[in-house]
Amino acid sequence: MKRAECIAMLYPELDDKVVVTIMGACAQELYDLGHRENFFYLQHAMGLASSIGLGLALHLPREKVVVLDGDGSVLMNLGTLATLARYRPANLVHFIFDNGSLLSTGGFDTHTTSGITDLAAIARGAGIEHVAAVDSVIDFGEAAVEAFARNDLGVIVAKVAAVGPNHYGMDLQLPENAFRFKRWIAARKSSPARASLTTREAL
Amino acid sequence: MTVSYENSKVVFQGIKDAGITSLSALPETWLGLLLQQADKDPDVTLIQVAKEEEAIGIAAGAYFAGERHILLMQNHGFLAAMNGIVSLAMLYGIPLCMLIALRGHWGEPYPWHTRGGIVTEGVLRALNVPFEYARDPREVGRQIREAYTFSQSSLSPVALLLTRDLMEEAL
Repeated sequence: MKRAECIAMLYPELDDKVVVTIMGACAQELYDLGHRENFFYLQHAMGLASSIGLGLALHLPREKVVVLDGDGSVLMNLGTLATLARYRPANLVHFIFDNGSLLSTGGFDTHTTSGITDLAAIARGAGIEHVAAVDSVIDFGEAAVEAFARNDLGVIVAKVAAVGPNHYGMDLQLPENAFRFKRWIAARKSSPARASLTTREAL
Repeated sequence: MTVSYENSKVVFQGIKDAGITSLSALPETWLGLLLQQADKDPDVTLIQVAKEEEAIGIAAGAYFAGERHILLMQNHGFLAAMNGIVSLAMLYGIPLCMLIALRGHWGEPYPWHTRGGIVTEGVLRALNVPFEYARDPREVGRQIREAYTFSQSSLSPVALLLTRDLMEEAL
């Protein structure tokens, strides 16, 4: 299974969700499907995508927050899984694409290669109740549908091949991405239709 | 040496008066009493992290969400959060209002705090992070308010250094 296939499957579901992705191949594959104002590409600061997602989810209870993460990034901030478990935002789905590789920097193996380190087990051990480990596109799709339908924190670890795009680049400056992302959220919050919804209805 | 209960209350009141509704923190001795107050306050969301760099991400998320958020950490935690400060906050123009307990400085009896205390100001200057020292309980409320305002207008990290004079009981 390729990460790009998984992201392409998720893409139609992302138009009304607050989305944070890590740098490199993952960001590029999402961008290449078509940028949306509700996508934030964390092009550095590895490990913090899920922390940004937590900050968003706790302060935007009416929104669904999606984090697209990777094994290399999560390994840089394993504490985040414990913090997510502790605060358990019901409106956050955390996808970890595990390709066992620091692909964007030359393809060095990470600690998850050959199954040595099991990120799903770490997530469960951190106290996250809904953790799925998938390695086929069908299972990925089912796990995603379940996680979006469930009103609880979910982590999906998807084993993917260590392949990425053959090009990098976006027509989007980094602060510009931040400003527009924030503006999209502000517009959603001030929308009368959504403001009248209760948190539970909105989710 | 004990932490000043009165001044912890003053600092927390200053945070409240600045309209702050959300805090991320890694507890440490000087911050303990004020974090206990934050934890009990129904109008404040307290998010405790496992390591301070997480709080930079959480603060960015809170900012995107339109929440008035500040970060509380020890100076050693500030040092541990460095890449997030540089490659998230500074890179994207995301404000951070950091209240930093300045351990390892004048009067410090514990050797383990000293190196971090000695380098903190130099690191802040190297990063071009605007900072002020908070020493006087009569001034700290205004300093918190102004630090927050400046972080928002400059889209920059700013630091208010909480000193021994403020955070410990006078001998």
